[in-house]
Amino acid sequence: MDGGIDVIEFRSVTKRFADGTVAVDGLDLVVESGKITVFVGPSGCGKTTSLRMINRMIEPTEGTITVDGRDVMAGHPADLRRGIGYVIQQAGLFPHKTIRDNIATVPLLLGWSKPKARARAEELMQTVGLGPEMAGRYPAQLSGGQQQRVGVARALAADPPVLLMDEPFSAVDPVVRESLQDELLRLQGELGKTIVFVTHDIDEAVKLGDKVAVFRTGGHLAQYAEPAELLARPADDFVDGFVGRDRGYRTLGFLSDEVPLGTITPVHVGESATGGWTLVVDEEDKPLGWVTGAGPVAEADVLPGGTLHPVASGSLRSALDAALSSPSGQGVAVDDEGRLAGSISADAVLAALAAAREAA
Amino acid sequence: MVWDWIPRNTALIWGALQVHVVLALIPVVAGLVLAVPLGWLASRNGAVRAVFIPAASVLYTIPSLAVFIVLPAILGTQILDPLNVVVALTIYTVALLVRSVADALAAVPALVVAAATAMGYKPGRRFVSVELPLAVPVLIAGLRVAAVSNISLVSVGALIGVGGLGQLFTEGYQRDFPTEIIVGIVLIVLLALVVDGLLVLAGRFITPWARVAA
Ligand SMILES: Nc1ncnc2c1ncn2[C@@H]1O[C@H](COP(=O)(O)OP(=O)(O)OP(=O)(O)O)[C@@H](O)[C@H]1O
Ligand SMILES: [Mg+2]
Repeated sequence: MDGGIDVIEFRSVTKRFADGTVAVDGLDLVVESGKITVFVGPSGCGKTTSLRMINRMIEPTEGTITVDGRDVMAGHPADLRRGIGYVIQQAGLFPHKTIRDNIATVPLLLGWSKPKARARAEELMQTVGLGPEMAGRYPAQLSGGQQQRVGVARALAADPPVLLMDEPFSAVDPVVRESLQDELLRLQGELGKTIVFVTHDIDEAVKLGDKVAVFRTGGHLAQYAEPAELLARPADDFVDGFVGRDRGYRTLGFLSDEVPLGTITPVHVGESATGGWTLVVDEEDKPLGWVTGAGPVAEADVLPGGTLHPVASGSLRSALDAALSSPSGQGVAVDDEGRLAGSISADAVLAALAAAREAA
Repeated sequence: MVWDWIPRNTALIWGALQVHVVLALIPVVAGLVLAVPLGWLASRNGAVRAVFIPAASVLYTIPSLAVFIVLPAILGTQILDPLNVVVALTIYTVALLVRSVADALAAVPALVVAAATAMGYKPGRRFVSVELPLAVPVLIAGLRVAAVSNISLVSVGALIGVGGLGQLFTEGYQRDFPTEIIVGIVLIVLLALVVDGLLVLAGRFITPWARVAA
């Protein structure tokens, strides 16, 4: 992987537009290589301007920006840009080019042969989860979420070490957005790019960011920290207000779970329940749901359970959620294969939270 | 209507039709070639646009007959030289298409242009690969108007003795022979319809993406 070497550095960067608007004011920031750095803040606070100065779509009025030690103002901007992937809101796809040719854009600009560029495009379609039958379609024939995937594939086509993403998922519905976010995290796990991601959604910021830069109106950096730190210790009232009222609950998402599991005796379909709430599992011990009352268990009697807490990868947030969403009041924890691992009570989660607070 | 006049004069009719097509369509091609760079300038520069677009409108209002007669003095050509008609119609075509091109380029979504720039297109290649193709549907609409209007304007050239289907017209009038006039009119209308239809087809062929969007 050739990703992971590029550090982006803003040194006292100011952008004053011709009309006098100061969009970015004295920005000092180091974007770490191989990580996702999120720029977040209210509308008009200078996120897009900061992002676009990295690939010189906008030129700074004062200060310098370096990518991997090189001043972005040196050399031809087109050469700089071919080495930096860029994904924008609503994808910004070329309506007159097929999906395949959209994705092949930068390789072709770099002088690859057509067959090689197209083969690369088809490979990337698979990477981002687009079926090969879409290669010959035009952007207007795709859903918003699919277009966004094409946008990501196009940005990745020449394997640039740096990826800039400006509200790439804001135009799609929440369900699709979540799956695109998960996919980005999965991709990033494989690719290890240096990603700068702009959003005004704090949930998206803390979910995706290894580090989050909160911008304040007027183009100032209010706080630059890891998400857990940001939620636990906002630098000032502005950040506090921006990260929002639910931040206590969100913080749970960053506390690794130390919740002791309770034991639970499940039954299989066809076996007899002994009364009260009983968990039903399938032949592989994967939870199916709950039944109430005594007697033999029929498949039709099984009520859907709550969310499941994955023991290996879960947080206090997923543990608490499992406990609160379960109809029986007992949360269900599962192992990596989705098999029953034990039960979780809300009290146990709160006790673990108290312990975590004490330790901090 | 003297029907058998037609088979007896196929050579005359065919010749007039050919001249008509050449005189009408060379200016469309020449006008397009000139209008694209001018329209591009106008779309990029507000001051240029503020001069070009009104100037083009004014040009378009000058009566064609006047232009046919004045041009020889300017170009130093003979009054009967077909070049006068070609130059005059080229000017009209440019006047019409400059606006189409400027509007079409201005209508290319800024987001798409920004994306192209961010991918690392340099301006020249970006124009050829992104902006111009996206302007094609509007451009075709402009070309259709220009082609049909040129086909009708070439007939005016017959008044100053330049050939074309208009000649059937003037001759038929002088000889008080309606058949020749009717043949001229019908052929002009048919020619306009055919050229228009071909442009529509060509437009569909080069912009398959525009159809899927609808
Ligand atoms: N070309 C421009 N000329 C003048 N002012 C501009 C220009 N581009 C942006 N601005 C101003 O600069 C400020 C920052 O804009 P920017 O686009 O960076 O905000 P943003 O944080 O990305 O906002 P949003 O979340 O709405 O996208 C705003 O006040 C905006 O109006
Ligand atoms: Mg923005």
